[in-house]
Amino acid sequence: MITYESVTKVYGKGLNTVTALDNVSFTIPKGEVVVFLGPSGCGKTTTLRLTNRLETLTRGVITIEDQNIMDIDVVQLRQRLGYVIQAIGLFPNKTIAENIAVVPKLLHWDEERISKRVDELLEMTNLDPELYRDRYPAELSGGQQQRVGVARGLAADPNILLMDEPFGAIDPINREEIQDEFLKLQTKLKKTVAFVSHDIHEAIKMGDRIAIFEKGRLVQYDTPEVILTQPKNKFVSDFVGADRALKVLGLMRVSDIINRTPKNIIQGGDRSAEALHFLNTKDSRYGIVLEHNKPIGFVTQKSLKYEDGPVRDAVEPYPVFLREKTPLRDVLSSMLMYSTPTFCVVDDDKNFAGTVTYNDIQKAVKASYADETENVEPVETEVAS
Amino acid sequence: MKRLLTKLYRLVIAVIILIAGVTFERTGLIELLSDPYEYPVILELLIQHVYIVGLSMLIATIIGITAGIVLTRARFRKYAGICMYIIGLGQTIPSLAVLALAMSFLGIGFKPAVFALTIYSILPIARNTLAGITAVPPELIDAGKGMGMTPMKILLEVEIPNAMEVILTGFRVALIINIGTAALAYVIGAGGLGDLIFTGISLMQTDKLLAGAIPVTLLALFGDFLSELLGLVLISKGLRLSNR
Repeated sequence: MITYESVTKVYGKGLNTVTALDNVSFTIPKGEVVVFLGPSGCGKTTTLRLTNRLETLTRGVITIEDQNIMDIDVVQLRQRLGYVIQAIGLFPNKTIAENIAVVPKLLHWDEERISKRVDELLEMTNLDPELYRDRYPAELSGGQQQRVGVARGLAADPNILLMDEPFGAIDPINREEIQDEFLKLQTKLKKTVAFVSHDIHEAIKMGDRIAIFEKGRLVQYDTPEVILTQPKNKFVSDFVGADRALKVLGLMRVSDIINRTPKNIIQGGDRSAEALHFLNTKDSRYGIVLEHNKPIGFVTQKSLKYEDGPVRDAVEPYPVFLREKTPLRDVLSSMLMYSTPTFCVVDDDKNFAGTVTYNDIQKAVKASYADETENVEPVETEVAS
Repeated sequence: MKRLLTKLYRLVIAVIILIAGVTFERTGLIELLSDPYEYPVILELLIQHVYIVGLSMLIATIIGITAGIVLTRARFRKYAGICMYIIGLGQTIPSLAVLALAMSFLGIGFKPAVFALTIYSILPIARNTLAGITAVPPELIDAGKGMGMTPMKILLEVEIPNAMEVILTGFRVALIINIGTAALAYVIGAGGLGDLIFTGISLMQTDKLLAGAIPVTLLALFGDFLSELLGLVLISKGLRLSNR
């Protein structure tokens, strides 16, 4: 846990003072990833650097695990906090193993324990120890270097991790991959992470909470969902972007809106005429066709009309099946691509689990914005009066 | 193409050696070198020369690197400019004048020569140490600090290894200047290969002149080669890879 209490940082002396951070207070709960987000010069990096005392506090108190950081010896404090920066922070004169071993060496671990830990970390970050242990940073790609950077931050198994735009310098494809890997690690390791970023996508993806900074002030501190659906002011909504409805969809999953008991299910062996009648009574234009509880496709009333045999002969197959974990953003994308209004959700054994329709998605988006649309003030009438 | 160049290079070397050999024979150098009375004298002078260079370089390297490091510490950084200017003055003075000045208060002989050469060699080493450490990316130092390395560890494990290539360049320049200038040490009575060169000039005796000039040249080339070897030992492989 990290707490910030009225943290203020002023640069310069006398008349030339610049307030980099103004009275910022918030708490990073244990085991959560908090992303510090904002444009450059907003104070997010300063906040991080104050935490491991690379900058000195002007006023206020920062505590880690209920200990005031000013009461801890500065070198010990920094060894207790894992520190990950961009790949350029790796020491080019040291091998990968030596780079990772920096903090364990400072803590006087014995050789054997260090080399065991190095191998363990390399494996954790998807780098083959045999292959990479004795290489130098210059021999690795940007993405691999960044993995080593993460491993180095985790080396002494700190409870708290400070990450300063760690994935900023990597190409988008590798960045996605590294972010996924880090999230996977994080679900296992449950570190308390302070993560500086200027990228809203990264913040939404990585953060359990997001702290948005503007000109040295903390504007909003909330979960990504709340930030997207209820931005506190124009700055936040501008920063989040006009496509925030789509970003909300990126956060929601199929399991949030799945319809587990749709009314228009037909068995593949049924006669077409019966099925047509069944759909008519349910007032449904589509039928989802199951066989042995596995969806094989869908039929429309139109296609059933000209079919004499069993329903399975008239079936149009689904282009893709959804999983409960699929983000709604991907679902919407598939709907636009295949112009299929209903999609089937299947479990790991391809058994039918439910359906998602375009209307369900729209309803979900509307629901998440409900508070906001109700609170819109009638601006024009005010101007008139 | 590369093989052709290598062949050409070898040919040129062979021709040079041939011409040199003929010249040496004509000037009587070979006769001089094979003279049992002259040969030990040349060897002694060579050892003297190497000794003057070695001692002055050792002192200059210690002072130069220390000065460079001290001037990059946060506390002293503001004095870096003025200190470099003062050390730089030492190099602006012509080498012969430095020797003369050293002689004026240390007398003649070995001591003033070493003193003058030391003064003369400090600047390239100190300047390059300063420049090399200043050029270490601030992110590296930041990373070191952020991980809880002490300033001493950062200096020894991050700053110096990453500045080593630039520092060695300074060392190489200082060494080569030093070897050349040491030939002048004869003028203030310190001996060295300058003895042969100056005697050769005074007596218009080409064989003696060459017996001094050629070893000095070879010594300079050897110094360059030595610096190269030192680079292989002292510069981390990781840095050599990243510069490629």
